[in-house]
Amino acid sequence: MSALLAQFRVECTLTLRNKESLLLTLGIPVGLLVFFSLVDVLPIDAADPVDVLAPGVLALAIMSMSMTGLAIATGFERSYGVLKRLGTTPLGRPRLLAAKIAGVVAIEVIQAAVLVPVAILLGWRPSLSLLPLVGAVVLGTTAFAGLGLWMAGTLRAEITLALANGLYLVFLLLGGFLIPLEEFPGPLRTAARALPGSALTDLVTAAFAGAGATAPGRAWAVLALWAIATPAVAAATFRWSPNRN
Amino acid sequence: MSGPATTAVAVDDLTVRYGDLTAVDGISFTSSAGEVLALLGPNGAGKTSTVEVLEGYRHAAGGRVSVLGHDPERERSAVVGRIGVMLQDGGVYPAIRPPEMLRLLAAMYAHPADPDGLLERVGLADRAGSTWRQLSGGEQQRLSLAMALVGRPEVAFLDEPTAGVDVRGRQVIRSIVRELADDGVAVVLCTHELDEAEKVADRVVIIDRGRVVGAGTLAELRSQTSGEVRFSADPGLDLRALGVHVGATVTEVGAGEYLIEGAHDPQLAAKLTAWLAERGATLGDLRAGRQRLEDVFLELTRGDEPVDGR
Repeated sequence: MSALLAQFRVECTLTLRNKESLLLTLGIPVGLLVFFSLVDVLPIDAADPVDVLAPGVLALAIMSMSMTGLAIATGFERSYGVLKRLGTTPLGRPRLLAAKIAGVVAIEVIQAAVLVPVAILLGWRPSLSLLPLVGAVVLGTTAFAGLGLWMAGTLRAEITLALANGLYLVFLLLGGFLIPLEEFPGPLRTAARALPGSALTDLVTAAFAGAGATAPGRAWAVLALWAIATPAVAAATFRWSPNRN
Repeated sequence: MSGPATTAVAVDDLTVRYGDLTAVDGISFTSSAGEVLALLGPNGAGKTSTVEVLEGYRHAAGGRVSVLGHDPERERSAVVGRIGVMLQDGGVYPAIRPPEMLRLLAAMYAHPADPDGLLERVGLADRAGSTWRQLSGGEQQRLSLAMALVGRPEVAFLDEPTAGVDVRGRQVIRSIVRELADDGVAVVLCTHELDEAEKVADRVVIIDRGRVVGAGTLAELRSQTSGEVRFSADPGLDLRALGVHVGATVTEVGAGEYLIEGAHDPQLAAKLTAWLAERGATLGDLRAGRQRLEDVFLELTRGDEPVDGR
């Protein structure tokens, strides 16, 4: 087996073995989708809330894995010296990074494979435009993974854990995943629109809304900027060995 | 493996800095294939920093190092597949199982050892279903050692391989280290335990505060230090009279514990026992000539400045 494939297998195995990570990447998104589809408490105008919720929860799932899940796992791997140990093998950083990205994508595929059938059972009738969806997922994953690796590569693992979960909560509220931004007061709405979460939600929503629907260009621009900026900062600041206390 | 010893690792005037702190300050040594070399020194002496440079992991501020004829930092790809590394704190995923970790590493090398056979060899075959965090400290160390060996290295860097390991585990680790050297591997191990260096090393480099303060085989190191003899007897002996009798300086370092310095008389022991017998004094412990490495170590690393807490 090649080194890259072996590393990819370990990344997937360990993510799936970690119960906290499963709760975050699958449990919470499924729970939110089911609960708010059945209990009509969110300010959603659509005839069927699941039509708004399903794309939002898919976007949330992407964020939960590529930012919070990746940040926590990588942060602890760094603090336990795993990254340092792998650094003394022929694997090399490019292949380690490639394996991590492939691992994130694999988990996203699993998330979609669970969430989409659940949403359809709840009455969702999506009309998929594949290319815009792939574009949105790639940009969103890149932007959030950059944020996650930025935290994991600079902060102590415990701080990364707290911050990655804190940001998850902030983005959950401000990302338009569940609560439409139209409900927000003006300045807050403007601020929320500049965040990667709401841009990703807009793009995923449009990708499932049929051939006629197009996402605002602003959303593409915002997400693309985040997807360029965060990996650049992460790459420039990432430390491979544990922080010295 | 026979034939002339080949230099596997060469370190020449190596300096490593962390900001203003100089952790390694002009260290030089070499190690050969088939030899166990111990870098011995107190914690914070610069041993790990030195080895990290040799692993291609840390940048040297000055000096030159070569591993198997290559610069480990600039020619990383020529070195990294031929070395095996055991880190001080493992560097293992907490939730991974021993065979999974070994198979992962095995996939990275051209001619790996069989992971299952290796688990057997380090005595972890019956722990294959446990995760790293479920292993005891000693079991974790043995897995770390197996991780260093899975790529069939030509040079093995082992950082504190027996730290936190029980007596039986230490014996397993020592015998594997010995076998490695007998198979022609150059083993470079760091330890702060004199006992460990005494038991496994062919040669010792003593490092203190980033500098080499002594190097050689154990026999060479022991003979480097001045002719000291220590003995215990009844307290309150007449030091001046004894000094005149044996022709050296005698001090009572503790109640009934004596130190003779500058003694080069082969008849010293005979003269001492005769002198004591004349006075009806009982001789307890007598240590001379073959000093324990501990004494050498303490003498060589004894400095004027207080050792900092790093």
